Amino acid sequence: MKLYLLTSMAVAAIAQAAVTLPAQAQEQAHDHQHDAAAPEAAAPVAQTMNQDAQQMDHGQMDHPSMDHGSMHHGQMKHDAMIGNMPAPKAPNDWAADAIHGQSAMAAARAALFKSTSDTISHMVLAEQLEYRASDAGDAVAWMGRAWYGGDIDRILIRSEGEAKINGPVEAAEIQALWSHAIAPYANLEIGVRYDIRPQPNRSYASIGIDAMLPYWIETESAFFLSDKGDVLARAEFSHDMRLTNHLILQPRVEFILSAQDIPEQGIGIGLSDAEFGLRLRYAHTPAFAPYVGVNWERKFGDTGRYARAEGESRSSTNFVAGVRFLF
Amino acid sequence: MNKMILDRRELIRAAAGLAGMASLGSMFPAWAQATSKGIAPTIGTLSGEDIALTVGHSEFTTGGKSGHAITVNGTLPGPLIRLKEGQRVRLSVANTLAEDTSIHWHGLLVPFQFDGVPGLSFPGIKPGETFVYDFPILHAGTYWYHSHSGMQEAMGQFGPIIIDPAGEDPVVYDREHVLMLSDWSFTHPHQLMTRLKQSGGYFNAQKQTVGGLLAGKDQPLKERMEWAAMRMDPTDISDVTGSAYRYLVNGHGLEENWTGLFKPGEKVRLRIINASAMTNFNFRIPGLSMKIVQVDGQHVEPVEVDEFQIAVAETYDVIVEPTEAQAFGIIGEAIDRSGLVRATLAPASGMVGAVPKLRARPLLGMKDMGMDHQMPAVLDLSQPDTSADHGSMKMRDPANAPGVKMSPAVATISPMPADRVGDRPTGLENVEHRVLRYSDLKSLTPHPDAPAPSRSIDLHLTANMERYMWSLDGERLSERTEPLAFRHMERVRINLINDTMMPHPIHIHGHFFELVNGQDAAKQPLKHTVNVLPGGKIAIDLTADALGDWAMHCHMMFHMDMGMFRIVKVRHEEGAPA
Repeated sequence: MKLYLLTSMAVAAIAQAAVTLPAQAQEQAHDHQHDAAAPEAAAPVAQTMNQDAQQMDHGQMDHPSMDHGSMHHGQMKHDAMIGNMPAPKAPNDWAADAIHGQSAMAAARAALFKSTSDTISHMVLAEQLEYRASDAGDAVAWMGRAWYGGDIDRILIRSEGEAKINGPVEAAEIQALWSHAIAPYANLEIGVRYDIRPQPNRSYASIGIDAMLPYWIETESAFFLSDKGDVLARAEFSHDMRLTNHLILQPRVEFILSAQDIPEQGIGIGLSDAEFGLRLRYAHTPAFAPYVGVNWERKFGDTGRYARAEGESRSSTNFVAGVRFLF
Repeated sequence: MNKMILDRRELIRAAAGLAGMASLGSMFPAWAQATSKGIAPTIGTLSGEDIALTVGHSEFTTGGKSGHAITVNGTLPGPLIRLKEGQRVRLSVANTLAEDTSIHWHGLLVPFQFDGVPGLSFPGIKPGETFVYDFPILHAGTYWYHSHSGMQEAMGQFGPIIIDPAGEDPVVYDREHVLMLSDWSFTHPHQLMTRLKQSGGYFNAQKQTVGGLLAGKDQPLKERMEWAAMRMDPTDISDVTGSAYRYLVNGHGLEENWTGLFKPGEKVRLRIINASAMTNFNFRIPGLSMKIVQVDGQHVEPVEVDEFQIAVAETYDVIVEPTEAQAFGIIGEAIDRSGLVRATLAPASGMVGAVPKLRARPLLGMKDMGMDHQMPAVLDLSQPDTSADHGSMKMRDPANAPGVKMSPAVATISPMPADRVGDRPTGLENVEHRVLRYSDLKSLTPHPDAPAPSRSIDLHLTANMERYMWSLDGERLSERTEPLAFRHMERVRINLINDTMMPHPIHIHGHFFELVNGQDAAKQPLKHTVNVLPGGKIAIDLTADALGDWAMHCHMMFHMDMGMFRIVKVRHEEGAPA
């Protein structure tokens, strides 16, 4: 309720600002002319602002706006007088030890340093928990992750899968990973993946990157090496597009590639699967958002032929409805 | 509150507390009660040489909802401590919490062992213990006190301090009020931090949208794409916003409408203190001009303004002279415009000041990104391009900040930070009335001629907002145990360079420093906390005149807790005469 009120107030304020902004800009221009000794009546706003900037940086004499002009002269003179004495040797002692005693201070000091160290935190995110309506049989699907740890190193669990409503669990995988920050926007993820379904089940060693790319595109890409020596790769990309601050459209693509034919798993060499999803969620809070969407999947090459041989279709389109939540 | 077993002594104390509350008729000290006639020298105020304070759990109510607070003497804010310059004071602080506590006297110059930072000045106050602070009061002004332990300050453990001058007060006034601004969340601060770790923009409900683009609001598409390519969000103004906070004046939310009384024609002194954990405010009283007479407890030449921005931990004393017998709204607006608090200045209780509409959420610009893009070349194309002198324009070039340890904790380095001491603060760049700039401030009395700084230090304020990591020079306190060392009485220029897109109120304990703001060196204002605008830099001159170990940190509580914190050590130089 409060959020709604705030939002509507903000919308009203923005609407008002849209009407009054040009007037404000003019007022600002006026302000600057006021500062300058020689007012130039119809100077464009941008140009006037640049003048101000110039005065800041160079103390230009043809616009002797006292405040800034003199300021920078003063400062330059000052700067020139700053010495270059080396820093003193950092003391090894702690001043409070002499007063409160080393033993009393040591524990408190350790606690102070610890309080500013890596903050241990956690997240459980169900990115997708949804019902998939399909001619081939309705299903429930999930995809999510949970982490626990600090800023740089975390324990990460990923899971995804799909189960037919009136049938078996068709796919279910779980990954246990160590996530390590390697760049401001990228984590290296190393660990194991275990496919409970389909059978015969498989174990993999996994290495991948989770990153935020430019344009706020999230990506997760990984290579998998199975206990049979097969190599697979998977890449996912998604983007949260804010239609409003509560209505978010998320396009998402996923590709699976294989380095070899794996007939017993119905996987062919090369591009094996592609998936494209478009989900529209209503985030009442960032922690809870119901959504609807559409999900399209297609198997390519030999993977497709294997599917046909099994009596399955190569592609499917599902309408989905679910909920995204985190805690 | 939840403790089911009480011993007899606690029961008696609780009963006494209830009786005390009933007699006051409120959960607030007198000066902070819903309607205040002004600060009477003796009522609801703690004065004298021996003062007893008790830190404990309290229930706090605002907007009809109650939550758990940690308070001093049972109220939020705590009692006003009013002392006189030149006196001595003993403050006994008893801890009834189950965790350690502490009180830091923000802005007061005290011997380091009484500065109240656990692990640095003293061991902290253990549960059930009482610690006696004992120090002389060396200077007058408006200050405040707060816990320096855990998240207690964010939960209400703070209060105001007024030190009356020993001589004549250069500020003339008929009546005075304390206005203590704060932010309050019914969610525990640790939970707020968890949310920020999960998603740096969790509390920002004012991002740019496709709807806004179609309606022609905010940045045009081209600019949005340029910012998105850099993974930068121009709406990332505050970490925790009005979607989680209620904003308070003297512990009263907008609905409770704290009211300060005046008689038309009086000169009213308002002592404004920002005790927020995470909120910088734009402060104004529509209809009244404010004359700023003191900043961070230090007198300045009066400056008339209509609005100013008060960063976390700053204080501003202003004089207003309402001549009409009408109610005025006292407005503290969060700088991201996600919420505001209104209190009232009125000739009689029961009157209500108007609540203005929240203004449009501001957008950050190139300057906030550390790109001082005012390119003289725009005006004068005959000038040679000087941009090569300024190093690389890349957003994360280590060459632009050689002292910074590069790691995933540092997402950006300002390529070309502007000195922003003369800028209007974030979001007030274009408002139509008079707004305070730091460069407007002049010390009221000139300070004796100080020598030129013997050296200068660059200190970078660094962050990765996506990961919600905060540091100085790329390292948090726990990683950089090497202190900032100063020779006693040495004067040092410190360049605070903001490599983030958020403002950081940097506080140095135990000292006032001069803001290098373009005024004559003798008139540079003295401050204890300086707000460094996004992507910019500010220079301060510090004379290290206080021996001991001191804290230096960003006063945004979560930033400090994440390690945006350094230890300052001031010592006699070896071999120098003591």
